Amino acid sequence: MAAEVDGRPLLEVKGLRMHFPVIEGIVRRRKVGDVKAVDGVDFTIGRGETLGLVGESGCGKTTTGRCVLRLEHPTAGEILYDGVDLAQLQRKELRAMRRRIQVIFQDPYSSLNPRMKVGEILAEPMKVHAVEADARKRAARVRELLAVCGLDPRFADRYPHEMSGGQRQRVGIARALALEPEFIVCDEAVSALDVSIQAQVINLLEDLRERFGLTYLFIAHDLSVVRHLCQRVAVMYLGRIVELAGSDELFDTPLHPYTQALLAAVPVPDPSVEASRVFRSAAGEVPSPINPPSGCVFHPRCPIAVDRCKQARPEVREVRPGHWAACHEVH
Amino acid sequence: MPPLLDVRALSTEFRTGGRPVRAVADVSYTVDPGETVAIVGESGSGKSAGAMSILRLIPDPPGRITGGQVLFAGRDLMRASDEEMRRVRGGDIGMVFQEPMTSLNPVLTIGRQITEAIQQHRSADRASAEKRALELLGLVGIADAQRRLKQYPHQFSGGMRQRVMIAIALACNPKLIIADEPTTALDVTIQAQILELMRELTRRFNVALVIITHNLGVVARYASRVNVMYAGRIVESGMAEAVYHRPRHPYTVALLRSVPRLDRPRQARLDPIEGQPPDLTRLDAGCAFRPRCRFAVDACARARPPLDQTEEAGHLAACFRSRELGSLVGAAA
Repeated sequence: MAAEVDGRPLLEVKGLRMHFPVIEGIVRRRKVGDVKAVDGVDFTIGRGETLGLVGESGCGKTTTGRCVLRLEHPTAGEILYDGVDLAQLQRKELRAMRRRIQVIFQDPYSSLNPRMKVGEILAEPMKVHAVEADARKRAARVRELLAVCGLDPRFADRYPHEMSGGQRQRVGIARALALEPEFIVCDEAVSALDVSIQAQVINLLEDLRERFGLTYLFIAHDLSVVRHLCQRVAVMYLGRIVELAGSDELFDTPLHPYTQALLAAVPVPDPSVEASRVFRSAAGEVPSPINPPSGCVFHPRCPIAVDRCKQARPEVREVRPGHWAACHEVH
Repeated sequence: MPPLLDVRALSTEFRTGGRPVRAVADVSYTVDPGETVAIVGESGSGKSAGAMSILRLIPDPPGRITGGQVLFAGRDLMRASDEEMRRVRGGDIGMVFQEPMTSLNPVLTIGRQITEAIQQHRSADRASAEKRALELLGLVGIADAQRRLKQYPHQFSGGMRQRVMIAIALACNPKLIIADEPTTALDVTIQAQILELMRELTRRFNVALVIITHNLGVVARYASRVNVMYAGRIVESGMAEAVYHRPRHPYTVALLRSVPRLDRPRQARLDPIEGQPPDLTRLDAGCAFRPRCRFAVDACARARPPLDQTEEAGHLAACFRSRELGSLVGAAA
């Protein structure tokens, strides 16, 4: 489906770590530890591919996306984009890269400047990157972007507050497209939308992917949306990837106990199916990333944990071709 | 047996300059003792405003309940005095809201907030209220209750705070709990835990539950009956099984079709509801869903279809074409 996926990865993330210091004290400030938001993450994304990054709050999926966008400076690791390590780039080089890498945020209310008209919001990136010096050509491009995203060109003269949530998110998408990027990080891009609008925006993202050959890193907590949109999916838990596989494979035969718990927890919209499901919820809550559990970070909640899981951290290994999991008990 | 809650033609308006908005329009439904009923709808559909109206928690101004009756255990809450309403809220009707951080007082200990709820409603001395608080924390699955009672809300995780809210809602042995998006702010594994807990406790103590949600899966897993709201009105109502398998309002049909589903093979493309949600200040005399409806006919513009019996007993829909919808949907699919 969608654009062709060739073998050469567009993005290659290796050993990514993002640790935030925990500072205590008001007068005498001292570092008392680290929040290991991202703690050794590896993945690749092929050109034209959509990789899903799922997990619950605090698992590090958003921080991973922010590192790829270089909105954070990672503590360690490589972020090879088309062969260039983004983690090492300085300001000026980064700026050039940012034309190629764009982002769509979750909240269409807070990510658009309320004092700017939609036309100005869309023209802004072209001005910043000096891609279209002529104001009339810029205006034409704004109208084109609105049309591409399913909005009436007259919206250019409106303010964000005059639009609905779905329309605003279309503006957010149009802005991401303004510089003709090849790669877009979608961070919970459809999560804030009502069900009836969500499907419209998902279809738009798919259309744009095909039309412009885009590559997406799709970060979301809604598993059914991720399954629909992504070719491959990585599941994160407490700063690490615990499972990564093709979308159909991951949802049909999840291997990691955490992925299984996550899928079991999602209720499906069918009372008969729900009535027949044997439901087993994952016990407990996600532990603090300041002081994560020893060994496998999931072991305190895991229904199949054995002694070894408390001692040794399981490495991510390829259990089946293209299907990776970090669990001692998966064979 | 009469229903525990009988909402009749409830209407609520909001005025914020300009034209008044009818957020809740002529809403009627019943809840039997011990039953779980879901109110499902999108933002602005009136699902929360309707529940707040039942509890008379609509801020006035800008809001105003303009009509209707709310019979709870035989008594009309719309005619109750403010003092009587204070006794009902948190007494016979417990409440659980979406955001447990804002519904708990950040400067009081959890123990104080639970015992306060008990002492407000029951003539209990401090010692017996504290004993009850301990028991309640155990019921909602909070370990180490003795120590936890002395802690403040910020020392609890989101899921744990929602457990505290449930403990407070249960404190005075309510007959009904109204839960407004109780798990929307929570992660999916925690959502499942909280909903399981609510299901277990409402069954155990025979408490009726009105659960307000936008999540179609939550409704399917937990509710026996469901009311679907659109633009302030109930457009479809019935047993969950009937509404999900034989929807008789085009909005319900479209809503169920528009969501990607984990229990079915991946679709090539989603089938969204076109257009935008309605602007409640600009509703006309016709059906509010008409502009987005695939099956709209001329009659839909002239008058608003009433919530009427379908071919199935206890299954209601507000659509002129509800009786032919089964075959229409089949043909369109």
